[in-house]
Amino acid sequence: MALFRKSEVIIAVILLIAMIVIGLINPAFWQLDNLFSLLRSNVIIGIMALGVLLVMISGGIDVSFPAFAVAAMYLTVKGMIFFGHDGVILPFAAAATMGVLFGCLNAFFVYTFRMIPLIVTLGTGSMVRGFLLGVVGTSMININKMPDALIDFGKLEIISLTKADGTTFGLTAMILIYVGLAIALHLVLRHTMIGRSVYALGGAPEAAARVGFDTRKTIFFVYCVAGMLAGFAGLLHSGMIWLANPRDFVGLELDVIAAVVLGGASIFGGRGSVVGTMLGVFMLVMVKNSLIIMHVDTTWQRVVVGIVIVIATAATAWRDRKRRV
Amino acid sequence: MSEAFIELRNIGKRFSGVHALDDVSLTINKGEIHCLAGENGSGKSTLIKVIAGVYQPDAGEILIDGKTVRHLTPIESVRHAIQVIYQDFSLFGNLTVAENLALNTALRAKRKTVNWRAVHALAREALDRLGVEIDLTAELETLPTSGKQLVAIARALMSDARLIIMDEPTTALTGKEVETLFRIVRDIQARGIAVLFVSHKMREMLDISERLTVIRNGRKVVEGPTSDFDEGAVIRHMTGQDIVAEPYRWSPPDGAAPAPRLEVRGLSRPGHYDDLSMTIGPGEIVGLSGLLGSGRTELALALFGMQPPAAGTILIDGRPVTLGSVRDAIDAGVAYVPEDRLSEGLFLTQSIKRNILVTSLDAMSRWTVLDLAQGDRMARETVAAMQIATPTPEKIAGELSGGNQQRVVLGRWLLTNAKVLILNGPTVGVDVGSKAEIHQKIRELALSRGLGVLMISDDVLELAQNCNRVVLMHRGRFVDEWDGDAASERVISETLKTLT
Amino acid sequence: MRFAVDFRSLINRDNNIAQLIVMTVVIFIVMAALSPDKFLRYYNFESITYIFPELGLLSIAMMIAMLTGGIDLSVVGIANLSGIMAGVFFHAVLKDAGVEGGVMVVGLGVVLALSVGAVAGALNGFLITRFRITPILATLGTGQVFVGLALVLTGGPAIVGFPETWAFIGNGKILGVAVPFVLFLLIAGLMTFVLSRTTLGVNLMLIGSNPRAAVFAGIQKSRMIFYSYMMTGVLASAAGIILSGRTNAAKSDYGTSYLLQAVLIAVLGGTNPAGGRGTVIGVGIAVVALMLLSSGFQILRFSNHLIDFIWGAFLLLVIALNAYKNRAR
Repeated sequence: MALFRKSEVIIAVILLIAMIVIGLINPAFWQLDNLFSLLRSNVIIGIMALGVLLVMISGGIDVSFPAFAVAAMYLTVKGMIFFGHDGVILPFAAAATMGVLFGCLNAFFVYTFRMIPLIVTLGTGSMVRGFLLGVVGTSMININKMPDALIDFGKLEIISLTKADGTTFGLTAMILIYVGLAIALHLVLRHTMIGRSVYALGGAPEAAARVGFDTRKTIFFVYCVAGMLAGFAGLLHSGMIWLANPRDFVGLELDVIAAVVLGGASIFGGRGSVVGTMLGVFMLVMVKNSLIIMHVDTTWQRVVVGIVIVIATAATAWRDRKRRV
Repeated sequence: MSEAFIELRNIGKRFSGVHALDDVSLTINKGEIHCLAGENGSGKSTLIKVIAGVYQPDAGEILIDGKTVRHLTPIESVRHAIQVIYQDFSLFGNLTVAENLALNTALRAKRKTVNWRAVHALAREALDRLGVEIDLTAELETLPTSGKQLVAIARALMSDARLIIMDEPTTALTGKEVETLFRIVRDIQARGIAVLFVSHKMREMLDISERLTVIRNGRKVVEGPTSDFDEGAVIRHMTGQDIVAEPYRWSPPDGAAPAPRLEVRGLSRPGHYDDLSMTIGPGEIVGLSGLLGSGRTELALALFGMQPPAAGTILIDGRPVTLGSVRDAIDAGVAYVPEDRLSEGLFLTQSIKRNILVTSLDAMSRWTVLDLAQGDRMARETVAAMQIATPTPEKIAGELSGGNQQRVVLGRWLLTNAKVLILNGPTVGVDVGSKAEIHQKIRELALSRGLGVLMISDDVLELAQNCNRVVLMHRGRFVDEWDGDAASERVISETLKTLT
Repeated sequence: MRFAVDFRSLINRDNNIAQLIVMTVVIFIVMAALSPDKFLRYYNFESITYIFPELGLLSIAMMIAMLTGGIDLSVVGIANLSGIMAGVFFHAVLKDAGVEGGVMVVGLGVVLALSVGAVAGALNGFLITRFRITPILATLGTGQVFVGLALVLTGGPAIVGFPETWAFIGNGKILGVAVPFVLFLLIAGLMTFVLSRTTLGVNLMLIGSNPRAAVFAGIQKSRMIFYSYMMTGVLASAAGIILSGRTNAAKSDYGTSYLLQAVLIAVLGGTNPAGGRGTVIGVGIAVVALMLLSSGFQILRFSNHLIDFIWGAFLLLVIALNAYKNRAR
């Protein structure tokens, strides 16, 4: 455990240095409204990253969750409009359930056919998105059609402040949901047997089966929870941007996986923590957002994100090699 | 006391048509130390896995406490208080010592949550029971092998086991550590727990066990009280033959002495080996004995260019060479048959032909374009020369028996201009019949091609029989050397035992 | 003669090829039965010969990365970046000179595009062999960089206005046969040769089936893997040339669904994603089979999205079937 703590400390230090550097280049970085909007941008990627973290600790990888998220989101919103339902709890439960079902599909293929998770999730992701766009529809549901309850929910704020020029800004309450889910996942990973079985499976799959872990249960747990978090995040996203776009989240898997790897999780499984992942998510979001503050052309964003992924993975590979010696 | 705890009756198990176990019966009494003896590949591991519930036997029945158990699963086996300590220990490198210890208990109790304080208390108690001191918060993969083994034993003991199976537990231990292990095993027995000690080192088995079962090629050969056996008898049962093989003898040719095939002077690599010097003449087979971790494999890897030494000189045919890469070593005339045939030697899914030609692809190509006809010829010649039992070189290497696989690995070096042949465990996992043939082949090669052979092996008997000289390595140094008849199995084994 | 012998042993070794041919025929018959008048038109097959080569080349590229147990998620990025680089080059040269691009200029453009692929592949290979980053993550990251650079070069919209000769690569005909198809056959033939008849190809197979044993047998593993990613990059850029020639445009996000399709085709074509097994012929037949499938569905007026769904389902089906087959064995 000491090592985990250590690698998280390193990530935190790097994050701090980065913040100071960005702050020096543009002091606007430290303004409250910028920080609030940064935190806001953490929520969706962060919740999805928690799911990916879980999958990665177990030794797998998941590139299907953006498709699951968008499908759960779009189907739920469509359903709400169709039934004229205007609540919050039921829709979120529905979106999460859809995510679980999609996740089961991943787990089924990964467990039953022992197929490389990357390829399985490429397939399921393509299926789900293809189904959504091909059968359910391709048209956006914008603010005038969006259920009010969702929008109102997404608008909730913990703190609301007014700037000197009269405009208001605030810290979204959704951050509480993100933090709550993170704490819950942390507790599950650290203090339950199913959580420990995820680490065991990722660390030594054969030994995990031998000592009597039910690896099937673990694999289903991992992919279903990842799906659930994705479905949940998807619907939350639509509430926060007042829009349900069935073409949303394309390419998001790259950002999220990058964030999780940045947070110190090992792609070979067995290592990773919730705190590290949250730091990784913050780092990634901060770098992306700060490019705008620093007046870097937006077209450069992907280049920078790519370079960040490469550097982060190179650093982890270097760390893992040192450990193995 | 002699009441049976577990009884296996006429167990049979096939893998893709091949008998791994054939009509094997084994009885382990309550609280006894029982030895399961057999060469590598004799079916010991399969038998253990049957007891552990990992494999379901195709034939026969299993009785525990006199009652027939149908369809023994791993969980079922644990529930019957059977604990297996595998060679790889089945531990989790990414978890702490404490958690590794406590996991099983929590699993058995069907816990849903983890109480870390209880985990540490439980782990502390387990280590105390064994009387050892290990940092509970250390990540397991930071421990040395002996430490990991202690954790595995402590874990097995926590479950109120009635039978503990130890699969080759001494392989990676020093003489002193083996003594500690034996003390612990006797201690376990004193608590009324039976121990099945699986090994192929006869001296250990005779020391520790009360009863002995020998299996060979998947069949039980003999069973009885250990006191009824002596070394010769055990070896005879294990190998199925008397030790009649003519020991290999070599004398330097008359007249002008040729340059040694291999000479190393003052070879050092801090932390692994220190100031090693030796010569191997053409046609010589020199044995290298030593415990795991003595630096013998590191020496072999240095000679093969994989871990270049920090200091010292390597000479081949009297010429100094720099071996910075495997390519350098091969070009200089070094051939290496690695320790683990399956993971380091063979390309199991590829044809025999490709497995043989792998070392000569450059030689049989021009501008990187392969000459297939030449390749065919070379592969066929090698198959014939090594007497590999296959209808065609196109057959997949994974479908061959262990002995034939080893011939393939050996055969690929016939095609290079090898001058020095390093064998690391040349007959591990090879059945008895093939073993003798492979030894014969190595001798022939040494003589006919004037190879200098360095044979590294755990099997002291193998060294004593096939080497004209045996060097003992310990803690990175050559500590003893026996020439000719002095290199007897007994002397070497006794010396090995005194090492700490 | 020698080739005939090789071909037979290939079929014998894994009857995968025979299965693929059967599958292709079945797809053909089903599609022909469902809409005979449209599916069986010459025009339909002709258009397939224009469309499939770019995907086929990407799939072969993917297969080569998989031979050593890796994967290349940056192939589509490389393809687009290559096309865009060529486009930028033509704009710079032709605008200045004010002449229509001659064969010389287009030739230079081709060399430039292929060099982009080689450099991009070399970067992947470098990260994978030197820094030991797992191929998934390395190519995920570089893929972002390539797409990002493509965005930077174009600023977002597509680059249009390629010279005529360039368009000929994607649209032209030689002796009544589509140029992309001819190019595909040439490159596929070359790759078959490289994989089965050169030291590099055999080394890659051996590395893929047991990387440790490869080192112990003296194979220069890192160098070979490095070359394999360079090859992958060059093949991807060749696909990019054909794609931009066919559409007479190059954009940073063209053909994004090709990534999944390339993986699917490689796996379907008998490539083992864990390494050590894969043939160009298998991939070639698989790409034809799946192009027939998707053109058939297009004729049946399925939307492109539904075809994506079918591709995904097909991939999972192939996984299940392969697992079933292996279990039986």
